[in-house]
Amino acid sequence: MTQTATPSAADTARESAFEAVIADGGYIEPKDWMPDRYRKQLVRMMSQHAHSEIVGMLPEGNWLTRAPSLRRKMTLLAKVQDEAGHGLYIYCGAETLGVDRHELVDQLHAGTAKYSSIFNYPTLSWADIGMIGWLVDGAAIVNQTMLAKASYGPYARAMIRICKEENFHKRQGYEICATLAGGTPAQRAMAQESLNRWWWPSLMMFGPSDKDSPNSAELMKWGVKRKSNDELRQRFVNLTIPQGQALGLTFPDPDLRYDEATDNWEFGEIDWDEFWSVVKGHGPCNEERLEARRAAHDNGAWVRAAAEAYAAKQRAARAAVAA
Amino acid sequence: MTTAPNSTPATPSAGDSQWPLWEVFTQEAPGAAHQHAGSVHAVDAEQALQNARDVYARRREAISIWVVPSITICASTPEDVGPFFDPANDKAYRHPQFYKTPRGVRVF
Repeated sequence: MTQTATPSAADTARESAFEAVIADGGYIEPKDWMPDRYRKQLVRMMSQHAHSEIVGMLPEGNWLTRAPSLRRKMTLLAKVQDEAGHGLYIYCGAETLGVDRHELVDQLHAGTAKYSSIFNYPTLSWADIGMIGWLVDGAAIVNQTMLAKASYGPYARAMIRICKEENFHKRQGYEICATLAGGTPAQRAMAQESLNRWWWPSLMMFGPSDKDSPNSAELMKWGVKRKSNDELRQRFVNLTIPQGQALGLTFPDPDLRYDEATDNWEFGEIDWDEFWSVVKGHGPCNEERLEARRAAHDNGAWVRAAAEAYAAKQRAARAAVAA
Repeated sequence: MTTAPNSTPATPSAGDSQWPLWEVFTQEAPGAAHQHAGSVHAVDAEQALQNARDVYARRREAISIWVVPSITICASTPEDVGPFFDPANDKAYRHPQFYKTPRGVRVF
């Protein structure tokens, strides 16, 4: 009956109130009490997600100056701008958990924060821009549609906003793929070669298999995630295979087959060694991506300084008028 | 001194900071209420409005935007929700269902 042996009655009551909201499928808002661990997991997950949107601009930005037509350039610019917006929606949501955006950005630049491994692969041909829209954004839609029901209100709201915009991304990518697939033999080969490179990394976007995912159980218990990595991956495969077949493209997986009993497209074993290697920083572009982000931040320092100087000058001018 | 409409929040933005935080409210259509959309960092009100437009209205989602320094917002706290809203809990007579109408009469 000592005080240290039992958590305070107030703590227990708050915790059960929290659990009850989660069990009821309700939402937790920034000022609500939440377990420390819930807050930490959300900061980790949301900052990773925001960083992914920001780093995700780099592979596509690579082709902005070489887009094959004005229409393609215009739409790719709009898409890359959307990715910046998505990053900002999620940083803004993460800040409601009591962290500052600059802390999160510092962690990214220091290499201590993660972001989606898919962006550590290079964009070698124009077809890669199509594949990113179709496959990478397609996978993101599957994931984010689930996250739009996440138990943390600000995260769910950011996801709803993002989901509305992702369909444009996927369509613009699929249109590029369809145009190449229906083009000259060389264009068709370019599309196929690109699909061969992006297919497996796209499947890896859903994260480790359920049995090897350290955070999944906790995130699902708290309703941050409502479906498991493997469930989402299967849903993506089922949606995507017919879309590829419609273009006459093939998938680089000899084990791919449709199972009538389960209504699923069964696929082969993912190369998990490659997955973990890229996660741990040994992908083709990990260093290049971080270097580009750091340079963007450093080279923007004078813009931030100028904006602050301008604001200070305006304040001074207003004060002088008021005096 | 009272707060001028264009004033910046009191938080000092030292050195290479991410600047003060502003809450963004957007009106989607004429006649609709302004609703909270999210937040932006900006050095002053003018930049906050421009950033809010770029972040929250890239697809004609807004015909009007308000930005408010986040630190100036006062909000009720979840801990006080019970006592704070208590006065409304036992006043069923503020709802039309509380009142009896003679059978067969349509009041509205």
